[in-house]
Amino acid sequence: MAQVQKQGVTPLVDMRDICISFGGVHAVDHVSVDLYPGEVVGLLGHNGAGKSTLIKILSGAYQADSGEIYVRGEKATITNPRDARALKIETIYQTLALADNLDAASNLFLGRELVTPLGLVDDDAMEAETRKIMAKLNPNFKKFNDPVSALSGGQRQSVAIARAVYFDAQILIMDEPTAALGPHETQMVSELIEQLKAQGIGIFLISHDIHDVMKLCDRASVMKNGQLVGTVDVDDVTDDDLLGMIILGKKPGAAAD
Amino acid sequence: MAQTDTNSGRAPARKNIFHTLEIDLRLLGMIGAFIAVCLVFNVLTDGRFLTPRNIFNLTIQTVSVAIMATGMVFIIVTRHIDLSVGALLATCSAVMAMTQTDWLPNAMGLEFGHPLIPWIAIGVGLLSGLVIGAFHGYLVGYLAIPAFIVTLGGLLVWRNVAWYITSGKTIGPLDETFQKFGGINGTLGATGSWIVGGLALLGALYALYAARRNKVKHGFPVKPVWAEFLLAAIIGAAILGFVAILNAYEVPTRVLQRTFEQAGLEMPEGYTQSYGIPISVLLLIFLAIAMTIVARRTRFGRYVFATGGNPDAAELSGINTRWLTVKIFALMGALCALSAVVASARLTNHSNDIGTLDELRVIAAAVIGGTALAGGIGTIHGAILGALIMQSLQSGMAMVGVDAPLQNIVVGSVLVLAVLIDIVYRKRTGGA
Ligand SMILES: Nc1ncnc2c1ncn2[C@@H]1O[C@H](COP(=O)(O)OP(=O)(O)OP(=O)(O)O)[C@@H](O)[C@H]1O
Ligand SMILES: [Mg+2]
Repeated sequence: MAQVQKQGVTPLVDMRDICISFGGVHAVDHVSVDLYPGEVVGLLGHNGAGKSTLIKILSGAYQADSGEIYVRGEKATITNPRDARALKIETIYQTLALADNLDAASNLFLGRELVTPLGLVDDDAMEAETRKIMAKLNPNFKKFNDPVSALSGGQRQSVAIARAVYFDAQILIMDEPTAALGPHETQMVSELIEQLKAQGIGIFLISHDIHDVMKLCDRASVMKNGQLVGTVDVDDVTDDDLLGMIILGKKPGAAAD
Repeated sequence: MAQTDTNSGRAPARKNIFHTLEIDLRLLGMIGAFIAVCLVFNVLTDGRFLTPRNIFNLTIQTVSVAIMATGMVFIIVTRHIDLSVGALLATCSAVMAMTQTDWLPNAMGLEFGHPLIPWIAIGVGLLSGLVIGAFHGYLVGYLAIPAFIVTLGGLLVWRNVAWYITSGKTIGPLDETFQKFGGINGTLGATGSWIVGGLALLGALYALYAARRNKVKHGFPVKPVWAEFLLAAIIGAAILGFVAILNAYEVPTRVLQRTFEQAGLEMPEGYTQSYGIPISVLLLIFLAIAMTIVARRTRFGRYVFATGGNPDAAELSGINTRWLTVKIFALMGALCALSAVVASARLTNHSNDIGTLDELRVIAAAVIGGTALAGGIGTIHGAILGALIMQSLQSGMAMVGVDAPLQNIVVGSVLVLAVLIDIVYRKRTGGA
């Protein structure tokens, strides 16, 4: 499937041979992953495998020590989060990256505020936009005038999701987007992913839930100790194959090769 | 459990009158504390505390610290501190004093009293403050030296740079026009004060109206109309009452007589003249409005608060937090210079010890005014009110005859107590 899809199509993202280390710890060690339009690629691995670090290089939070990133076929230099945003890359961080003292609208538009003709921040317009997108994503959300510190974990997560989705991302990075969500909200995020995928958006989905990955992803890349174990077509493998890759760090059928 | 109402379809019911008026309880508490301080001292001084004369003096004594406190809010909100503001004030004051009395007259040939002198001096002072502040910000933001250390060093450095600039001498008297920024030497008079009061009233009413119109336009809930009118009435009474009090302070007959004599005129029978709003107070009011707009309605202000709330989130949102730090400290430096204009003009000269211990007063004003040292929280009006409360305490005690050492003990204790009350309040209300 994915092989067919790849022919003649430029990948949205192609990260090649990426390395980064923090004081001797090789957090990401010669990893290559790619992502095509309308595709969901799962990133799997145990805690500390380097998943978040890898995607933070794509989102501009870290800079790789070596390796190259191609976005839509062109070599990209991403030195800060502004560069990534300009390339239509949006990220839902594992830590959510919300300013707790600000309200939902201020967080959603942080760094990209709507302004009045005088150049002043237009809070009312931002709140109106936030209400619109929240009505779609999480109709139960009502706390528009409270600082996000007053929100529940799930509500905070929906603000982070809204922020990533609002700005017409073409490349979406979701680092454990449903970690704090209840079953109903998790279901809504699954539907959202299907919807975005249908619009041709490419998604990197980091998750510890193999079941979710099997259901939502087209391909899965597994990392262990900073290295890439392998990338597989989800249709070609079983849950147990993926588990084996994560725990043992072995590609299915590797013994036969 | 208390949060369940937010999941119902409607907006939560409005709880009480303060909630209806959308007045912040914290602010109300501070105003309450301020009024209590005033009333207590008024009783202790047999009514001498709340006279127009004393209120006039209180306002002009507060301005210098209040100006710097507005900048300190941004510094503390971003989890930094600035211990150098008093020393920086001294350096800026020294630069301005030398510019107007020595450098311009001697090096540039502009004789003392030339109409351009005060403005050039102020410009040079503001620039010095801005550059020195930006330098502090560079050390903190780009070289990652803790602000505590940078500004502790700055405290020693700038205090003594000021000494070298003036060779340790008192410089004065300063330019006449320059002195008008000090307080008693520059006031608007009765008519001017009423005009300013009227304009302020119109501006406040328009702001209320515009805010409501905007909310209606977006279909957001608004206050009941009676609440808007009540709020407008309170604001109006406060503005006009303030003008009336300052206008009630009249220039002593002696002083008037001397002025007339100097002009070679006879003073008419029963002639009186009001001081009205001091220019320095007007300056503070404009600054307060400007800084509030900066804090709440500009990207810069939004980034200051976002960075204070969560520096990582700000960085991940594409905010250049290092450059932001430079801008915040540069602003603080410029405000120190502005404060130096007011402080040296009030004294009519530059002296070596100008601004001594101001760093502590400024930090205390911001903190008493509700700025959280943990970052992310603080208001401009709170800091100004904090400065006013501290000045009232100090002046009140002086009037009652409390010894200077005891005054300092009380002010120090009040600072700690204010922060304790704030912590307890925030725990109770669950606010951040
Ligand atoms: N800023 C940093 N400084 C030092 N070490 C870091 C930093 N960021 C990550 N690391 C290290 O890099 C390794 C990979 O961390 P990373 O957060 O990418 O793991 P992860 O796969 O996302 O794990 P999890 O599933 O727990 O989120 C860990 O050993 C971690 O300690
Ligand atoms: Mg992670």
